[in-house]
Amino acid sequence: MTGMPRQIRRLSLVFGFLLIALLVNLTLIQVVNANDYRDRPGNQRILLAEYDRERGPILVGANPVARSVETGNTLTYLREYDSGALYAPVTGFYSLVYGATGLERTENRILNGKSDIFAVDRVEQLVSGRQPTGGAVTTTINAAAQRAAYKGLRGKNGAVVAIEPATGRILASVQSPSFDPNLLSSHNPSEIREYYARLEADPDKPLLNRPLVSLNPPGSTFKLVTAAAALASGRFTPDSILPGPRTYDLPLSDKKLRNWNGKECGPDAKVTLREALAISCNTAFAWLGNQLGADALRAQAEAFGFDTGFEVPLRAATSRFPANPDDPQTALSAIGQFDVRATALQMAMVAAAIGNSGRTMNPYLVQEVRGPDLSILQTTEPRAFADALQPSEALALTDMMVSVVDDGTGSNARISGVRVAGKTGTAQTGNDLPSIAWFVSFAPATAPEVAVAVVVEDAGLEEVSGNGLAAPIARAVMQAVLRTG
Amino acid sequence: MTVVRRQPTRRWVELVLLLFAWGLGVLGTLQVGAATGEGTPSRLWITVAVVGGLALLMHVAVSIWARYADPILLPVATLLTILGLIMIYRIDVATARRAELNDSPPPTPEVYSQLTWFAIAVILFIALLILLPDHRRLQRYTFTFGLIGLVLLVLPLAPVIGTTVNGATLWIRIAGFSFQPAEMAKIFLTIFFAGYLVVTRDSLALVRTKVLGIDLPRLKDLGPILIAWLVSLGVLVFERDLGTSLLFFGLFVSMLYIATQRRSWLFIGGVLFLAGAYAAYQLFSHVQSRVTIWLDPFAYSDTGGYQIVQSLYGLANGGMLGAGLGQGFPNLVPFANTDFIFSALGEELGVTGLFAILMLYALLVERGFRTAVTVRDGFGQLLAAGLSITFALQVFVIVGGVTGLIPLTGLTTPFLSYGGSSLIANWIIVALLLRMSDRARRPDAQVIAMDEAPTQVVRL
Repeated sequence: MTGMPRQIRRLSLVFGFLLIALLVNLTLIQVVNANDYRDRPGNQRILLAEYDRERGPILVGANPVARSVETGNTLTYLREYDSGALYAPVTGFYSLVYGATGLERTENRILNGKSDIFAVDRVEQLVSGRQPTGGAVTTTINAAAQRAAYKGLRGKNGAVVAIEPATGRILASVQSPSFDPNLLSSHNPSEIREYYARLEADPDKPLLNRPLVSLNPPGSTFKLVTAAAALASGRFTPDSILPGPRTYDLPLSDKKLRNWNGKECGPDAKVTLREALAISCNTAFAWLGNQLGADALRAQAEAFGFDTGFEVPLRAATSRFPANPDDPQTALSAIGQFDVRATALQMAMVAAAIGNSGRTMNPYLVQEVRGPDLSILQTTEPRAFADALQPSEALALTDMMVSVVDDGTGSNARISGVRVAGKTGTAQTGNDLPSIAWFVSFAPATAPEVAVAVVVEDAGLEEVSGNGLAAPIARAVMQAVLRTG
Repeated sequence: MTVVRRQPTRRWVELVLLLFAWGLGVLGTLQVGAATGEGTPSRLWITVAVVGGLALLMHVAVSIWARYADPILLPVATLLTILGLIMIYRIDVATARRAELNDSPPPTPEVYSQLTWFAIAVILFIALLILLPDHRRLQRYTFTFGLIGLVLLVLPLAPVIGTTVNGATLWIRIAGFSFQPAEMAKIFLTIFFAGYLVVTRDSLALVRTKVLGIDLPRLKDLGPILIAWLVSLGVLVFERDLGTSLLFFGLFVSMLYIATQRRSWLFIGGVLFLAGAYAAYQLFSHVQSRVTIWLDPFAYSDTGGYQIVQSLYGLANGGMLGAGLGQGFPNLVPFANTDFIFSALGEELGVTGLFAILMLYALLVERGFRTAVTVRDGFGQLLAAGLSITFALQVFVIVGGVTGLIPLTGLTTPFLSYGGSSLIANWIIVALLLRMSDRARRPDAQVIAMDEAPTQVVRL
């Protein structure tokens, strides 16, 4: 009987080895190879962790335009967009398959609650073991302006950006056509892929964030930059007399530039700067461009925000003034043709800066960040980008823009009882391509509350199309802002 | 004549450890409540109180009827049971939430039925301590227990009451209650093995021939091991219960080795096991698929390998420290509160928590073995060792299975898994071990009286 304990001890040694095998195997799985398992494509847990948290809402005013709702699926929360297509260029989408875009992407760490600004909450979560809840992102969007712009663009391809001149807050950012982010943020991968493929194949490019990334020649709206450069040069006043012939002989070439209506710009082909802007005289501005030179034009353009990539925090395309234009190219650039390219955001910034006594503000889309308990954690302060004009020069240019609306090409932007400053534009993207209608404006002319840029693609070839297609939309957006104050 | 020198009973150690286990349970419950946002409904406080009461009841019973028993066994088993209850509650919360979101009727929380099973287990635990003052009484009924064990083992094959669940026929259903008789069978068969081997071990130990330096027993003594082998194969083939089959054969061979002190039995057992395993692999598709899945679970991640793959993902998600109680996704693994409760714990408590749990099992087995080497009778030694081996083997087979170390077989994780049969059977084993350790450590009044008799002093 004395022998048995020895066998028991030996057996316990065997079981000890089995225990060690279990421990080693567990360490391999949970520590050494854990990341390999986590990264395996079939592993839902990382995704689930993201979808298991209640993602914070994106707000317009007090209303959520993107919010998480509980579902019955394995994925606990579904992202819902109440007016999906309307706010798509702002919110973007939050997709299982294609990741996130828009504010959903740039503000991800706020929305999923992982940002360091929640550090205080984090400590509390560590103690309570509670899942972090996302913070809320309040946008600068004015719902009425956004809706007015969206309504105005219906049936057209184009974009609208509205800015509050004094701050740079983006009040509206609208694209047409748009898409339904709900369909890209669903929990059904095959549905998502199918819808995405359809959007990709659409020749009208509904996935394109037109207001921020579509670059178009600004056409006559760029005359605001040329006029600003003229005033800033000290060599010209609104009453300076410019030559405004029927055609302008482009220097160093035998090409001729003609006015849009084929007529001279004034009696004896002489026109004041104010008058030239009001009737959008191409020959006068081409001449002016050559007088000022490409460098002066570029410097003025850059003071308005050209050649800078803004992150609002969505990344906007960089608007460009050509690098080394020769004289005929400079003349064309001065009227917003040749290689000048601008986003709707950029042209809204030009109008806003003129309205804001010449000061260009950095545009922004996020007003404030709130914690899960709705306490304000972060507020965006307006920041000046550059002083593009002296206040007196800005005032003079504003007066000229008011003439455009009151007596010139921008009559469709008139709002009764409000002085509106504006500028029309039409640009050709190529010889045979359809042209683009522009309208940029701000109102009221003194202490403006809103500056707008409207782009309508596939417009007619006439200069009137800026007034005919784009100005009414700008007017509706301005009215919407003025009404909501 | 009174007992002068008293063996320390260490009952206070047991009480302190029990309080510690209960305190951990309270903290774990609060953690789950806070992390899942469920809070702690009053029903949960009642549960916490009932668990504390049951633990205290067992402590009192042990103090009265087995006062010299090992003070570690009871708290360790209690802590494991409490950990199981916490995890079952945590999975209840996840299941209920899923149902709520699906607008399906709320499922019955399983933690309360597990608590009921625990209460029944405690009653049987105490009853056993009272009704069985000496474990040697069990030896009288060696063959009766053997028969009961065998009947229990084949009961799921019986018509009407036998039930097949998830491909394995290991349940019986009587009057609405289901029971896994194999869990009870393992106790009866261990008693039978102990009683049988203590009598026959001398003849089984006889060496007849020596082959290749290995002592081989007489051919006619091969009978018992062949019968055990055939029964195990029968369980595997007819009930498709790989785990139970493995457990019984491993248990029998280990006990045979202890009883006869002949390594040859381990060798013969190993050969028989390999032969049986090979034959089963060749003959039965369900064994084949288990092995194929084990070799590369990810190749079958949508079908047969789904459980093990989800289990591995869960464990990996747990990492070093775990997602935290209530913060993982343990319910992504099928059978999270039964077969895969170890993975569920691993996801939320991490490798750290699993090491701690495995150490608790190691402690349980070690205290069992310690009882085996200190108990004075051969039957007790074999029984205590055998019962401890059932814990060790069962934990190895199921934990190795859910972590992919060995092919997955369905066995319950002792004390942790949801299920009455398993909980009751394991608590009865704890009661038996306590009874034996009490006998082992109890000072023999006669001996002490002799040692300290004045006559001895005079003689000096």
